[in-house]
Amino acid sequence: MFDFDAGRYAVFVWPAYAVTGLVFAVLILDSLLRARRWRRAAEAPKPEDPA
Amino acid sequence: MLQFLVNPERFMAFSRWAAPLLGLIALGLAAAGLALDFQAPPDYQQGYTVHIMFIHVPAAFMSEFVYACLGVASFLSLIFRHALAAAAARAAAPLGTGFTALALITGSLWGRPTWGTWWVWDPRLTSVLVLFLFYVGYMALEGAIEDEAKAARAAAILALVGLINLPIVHYSVVWWNSLHQGSSLLRAGGPDMPAVYLAPLLLMVFAYMAGFGALWLVRIRGEVWRRRAAVAAMRAAG
Repeated sequence: MFDFDAGRYAVFVWPAYAVTGLVFAVLILDSLLRARRWRRAAEAPKPEDPA
Repeated sequence: MLQFLVNPERFMAFSRWAAPLLGLIALGLAAAGLALDFQAPPDYQQGYTVHIMFIHVPAAFMSEFVYACLGVASFLSLIFRHALAAAAARAAAPLGTGFTALALITGSLWGRPTWGTWWVWDPRLTSVLVLFLFYVGYMALEGAIEDEAKAARAAAILALVGLINLPIVHYSVVWWNSLHQGSSLLRAGGPDMPAVYLAPLLLMVFAYMAGFGALWLVRIRGEVWRRRAAVAAMRAAG
């Protein structure tokens, strides 16, 4: 069924997948955390807002 | 559609459900693409290194596609001075940088076993490196100018200049004698590869596109909130 064997090319194939996973993780986390931070800043109660 | 989305309120309402939906579509497509990828037989010439194709080609395609999006958004922000277009351009740049870095790194890891070298100053590789530098330059220029409107305008002009590089990247393998193989996906006469490789490759290309769509929307939403926070802070300061 699935063949995860990369033979003597494993030293090239798996680092390529690892880097791809890492870059996607960074892009996803950075995008979500950035959006969350600015949303909190935008929705924070302002001084003139009634508490 | 564009007319509909230029209104920030409508954009926020649309992207609220579109971003997670595109994220789920990307996950599903990537799962299907990887499942087919690891069932495909090793290539008769490249052996198991063919697995790198399924993550390298979509990254290379996206590096150009995202730059085209950055160019269109920059053009619209320059002509119409629309804040959402400037936000879209600003949001696209880090994503494009990530895809281009991936194209360069996975390409290098594919080049070593197939060409015998990690890097060569070949027209395709060099033009993609220039594309990467345009992305980095765009972000550096935008971050270097304090006045946000001036920064957006200067960065937009740089982005438009960089558009000249896109056809060079795409046709570099046609115009010059290149070590890089010719296009086997976007070519006249249709894709030139067996279905056992074409199906997972197309699934991965669409997964990357959907993933970009989801992250782009999330980042544009972040930009809209950032501007709202800045306006609120200025009002509070009087």
